[in-house]
Order: sequence, then structure tokens, then C-alpha cells
Amino acid sequence: MSTVQNAAATTKKDKAKDPKPPDSDRSRSENRLAYKLVAPALILMLFVTAFPMLRALYLSLFSYSLTAPDDREFVGFSNYVTALTDSLFWLTTLNTVLIMVVTVAIELVIGFAFAMVMHKLIFARGVIRTSILIPYGVITVVSGFAWQFAFSNTNGFVNGWLPFIGDDFNWFASYEPSMIAIMASEIWKTTPFMSLLLLAGLAQVSNDMLEAAKVDGATWWQRLWKVILPNMKAAIMVAVLFRALDAYRIFDNIFVMTAGANGTESISFLTYRQVIEQFQLGIGSALSVLLFLSVLVVAFLIVKLFKVDLASARQEN
Amino acid sequence: MASGKSELKSRVLTGLGVALILTWCLLPVVWIISLSFKSQSAVTNGSPGFFPSDGGGAGFQNYVDVIQNDQFGKAIINSIGISLIATILSVALATLAAYAIARLEFRGKKFVLTTALVIAMFPVVSLVGPLFDMWRTIGLYDTWPGLIIPYMSFTLPLAIWTLSAFFREIPWEMEQAAQVDGATSWQAFRKVIVPLAAPGVFTAAILTFFFAWNDFVFGISLTSTERARPIPAALSFFVGDDPFNRPASLLAAGAVVATVPIVILVLFFQRKIVAGLTAGAVKG
Repeated sequence: MSTVQNAAATTKKDKAKDPKPPDSDRSRSENRLAYKLVAPALILMLFVTAFPMLRALYLSLFSYSLTAPDDREFVGFSNYVTALTDSLFWLTTLNTVLIMVVTVAIELVIGFAFAMVMHKLIFARGVIRTSILIPYGVITVVSGFAWQFAFSNTNGFVNGWLPFIGDDFNWFASYEPSMIAIMASEIWKTTPFMSLLLLAGLAQVSNDMLEAAKVDGATWWQRLWKVILPNMKAAIMVAVLFRALDAYRIFDNIFVMTAGANGTESISFLTYRQVIEQFQLGIGSALSVLLFLSVLVVAFLIVKLFKVDLASARQEN
Repeated sequence: MASGKSELKSRVLTGLGVALILTWCLLPVVWIISLSFKSQSAVTNGSPGFFPSDGGGAGFQNYVDVIQNDQFGKAIINSIGISLIATILSVALATLAAYAIARLEFRGKKFVLTTALVIAMFPVVSLVGPLFDMWRTIGLYDTWPGLIIPYMSFTLPLAIWTLSAFFREIPWEMEQAAQVDGATSWQAFRKVIVPLAAPGVFTAAILTFFFAWNDFVFGISLTSTERARPIPAALSFFVGDDPFNRPASLLAAGAVVATVPIVILVLFFQRKIVAGLTAGAVKG
């Protein structure tokens, strides 16, 4: 099976630095059993991701529209040139990066505050944890609707509650307020997830160290920056990586709240529009490939810049 | 006393924090419930404010309308059916894989875990185009399996990670101990290992169900009619009689109905969900 060969190829390196005794019958049969157990899951995962991605790579080299499927024509890299020279592509990428940076930064601060509160709680832990899971469980589309109607100037309450905003201010009439509304929905829904990851990290900070710092006269602020944060760095970085890549895929909220009006499109939304609404499979596939590559770049940058330790996330070794 | 004072201060701060968290989590939920009780005519004319205005309430009329709406009813059935089948199949496959990862030494373990991680972070929209094309060719477009298959492959990573973290904690020697005490291997498996593994499998199932229930991208891209359209997609297409004036309160009622199953799951299994969410991410 090709998946098994693949698997064996990628681990050749490990084998070299970790000399094992020659395969015994037992370890060989263990290998065989393990492949049988892992194969169905692995094949299914690759069938829906790797295979379509390769197909997108292939289709992106054609001028191919589903409205005229017989006119398919090989065009080389011109779809990529078209996408990369179009300002719309860069505008949507910029929007996506902006949403990612702003939401993750705010979620990190609020999520950390929530985690600190939950960490200190002695009573009502169950109630708080149950309510913090509710935004996580609410469908993103529902969250989008809830916030769209909340910001609406005809049926919402936000204008009435915010003192410096007129009652008939239309949040969805221009770029900046629309983006704020989209980000509000995104932040509301995903902060709880962030705070739970950070709470698990907080639990790892040793109380003895905190007490020692207190005895040595460290202020609350110093304890936070010198003891707590450095000791939960791994948890913070994993939370940031997960959330950032998730935010980069933003689609549901934009679809529901603005449908991309006023330049609020994200790169995912642009790709979707090309493929599903306009049936442009050629250029759509090129955008799919670019979207995939840009996620890889974002992941690589975060891992390199913040030195995320994935080994500890994987609980290996 | 200084320490008593700071004790009090910290209690007040924690209390404030609790109030803040509760407001954060529940306000939008209460809002959408409140909106669902505004009458449709009040919404069309504009009825700002958090609660229904005097005479602008609709009682349970919106809920009656939603439940009697054919489109919505079918979407509920689709969502429940598709999510349940995807969950069962995905957890079954993930259990096999996670057992191998937690218990067996084999080449390529790292490859499997890395693949799972990459897929968990995959930009799903980039698959919509090629899948749309493939599904139309092989006849899976707008069918239940057409959604079940992608849901399975995107929930497998989470399920495999959660389960292998759980399985690593199981004291597998107990199986042999039971056999030494005279149990058959089937008895040892059923009476010792299954009860120990069940909570992990259950947690993975809840998280998988959440994902499938929440999905929107595949739901709108790979379906075109109510044959397979799940709730999130149905909600977004639900425009009512006047496409320029969305029936906000009716939509809100639909949203509440779609959220109820999840809230019930959360209420009952809060502890398990928290354990599952953090199991793969932080060494515990």
C-alpha cells in the first residue's frame, strides 16, 4: 500500500538516529497490525484532502469554467498570474491577516483574564465552565446572525446601548464598522476555547514558585510577567497557533453578516465565490492552491517566530 | 490588616470576573432568544431594543412557524442524521488508529500524527472547488454521503488526538491481571478495558458531533436542495417572502432550535468536553 510506503519513507531519518535491533518477528507483526489499524483513517483523511488538493493543482493550470466545460484549455500558470496581479486578491489577503491579528490578540488578552478568574474560582466552577462552553457550541452561522441583528439599526440593541453612537447609525454601510461587527462575532465565539486552553496552561504553573516570588516581594505585575507567563509559554503558543490558523480560514461570519459587501471579503470567501457562485474552476483552483500555500506560510511564520514547541502539544516522548 | 484587605480585594475582583464571564457567554444567547419573540410585523417596521416592545411580541408564533416550515424540518433531519452517522463512523475509525498510536510501536507513527495535525489546520474552502467537481462526477453531490465523507476526514484528526491522549492513560496491565484471575480475553476486554476507554471515546464523539453540526462551508457548497442541506446552510438560505428584508425573528427562532441540542450536550457533559478540548493541546 502506498500510504504505508510513504509512512516508512518519512521515518527513515528517525531510524538512523535511533538504532534498533534488527526486526524481530514480534515487532514485524506489531508493525503489520498497526498499519491495518491506522490505514482506514489515514486513507480517508488523504482521500478528502491530499487527493483533491492535487486535483486543484492540476485544474489550476487550465482555463476551465463549468458553464462551458468543453472549452477547457491548458493555460500554464496564467491563472496564478491573473490572481497575483489582481488587487482583489491582495485586498482579501490583507483583510484576512487583519482579522487574524486583531481577533487573536484580543482573544488572548480576554481569554487570559477569563482563565485567571476560572483558575481562582472555588465555588460555582461547574456553572462557569458550562456557560463558557455555550459560545463554543453555538453554530458560527447563528453567532453571525445574532451579532448582525444586534448591530442592526432597525432591530438591534447595540446602537441604543452605546452612548456615543447615534440610534440610526448603520454598521453595515461602510468598511470599518462592518469589520468591527464581523470581528465581534468571531471574538465572542472563540474566546472561550482560548480561555480553556490557557486555563489548562495556568494549572501547570507551580504554586510554590508563585509563593516564593511573593515572599521575595514581587508585585502582582512582576509575578505575572516573570513567573506565570514564562511558565505557561508552551500553552500560550499552542493556543495562538490553533486560533490563528482557524481565524485565517474565516468564512461563515463574513458570508452571513456582510456577504463580502464594502470590501469585507476574506481570501476564503473570494475562493468560494469563484468556484461555487461563478463556476470558474480554473482560477478558483489557483486561488485554492494559493490559500493553502498562504496557510502554510502563516503556520511556518508562527512556529518560527514564536518557537512553538509542538512536541509538548503532541504529548510525545 | 493588610492581608485581609487584599483578600477582600481579590474576592471582589473574582466576583466581578465571574459576572463578566457570565454576561459575555449568555448575553448574545439571551438576545437571540429575545429576538425570536419579537413579532414579524414589528421586525419589518423596525423594533430596536433588547426586548420585544409593547405589542411587538409574538409569543411562540415564530417557533410554530419554524417547526411547520417544511424546509427547516428537513434540514433538522439532515443535520441530525448526517452528524450522527459521521460521528459514529469517525470515532470507530479513530479508535482503531488511536489504539495503534497509544499501544503499538510502529514505523510511521509520527507521519500519521503529523498528517492529522496538518489536516486539522487545513483551509477547508480550498477543497470545496475540487470536491464540488469530484462529487458531481461520481454522483455524491447533494447526498448524505457527500457530506458524511468530508465531515469524517475533518473530524478524524481531533478524534485521533483526543483518543490517543486518553488511551495512553489507561493501565493496560489490568487486562492481563484479569486474565490471570481467570477471565477469558473477551471478558477481560469487555469488563476491564471497555469501561476504562468509554469516557475517552464518548468525549471524542461529542467533539466530533460539534464539528459536524457547526460546519457551514461543506454544507452550502456540496448541497443544492433540501435533500441533504444541513441546518447552518438552511438558515443562511432562509430569506422568507421578501429577500430584501430578512425575517429576523423567524430566523432567530430557527437559530434557537438549532442551538438547543448543543446546549443540552454542553449542560450534561461539560466536564468531558473540557477534558477533551485540552487533552491534545497541553501536556497534562
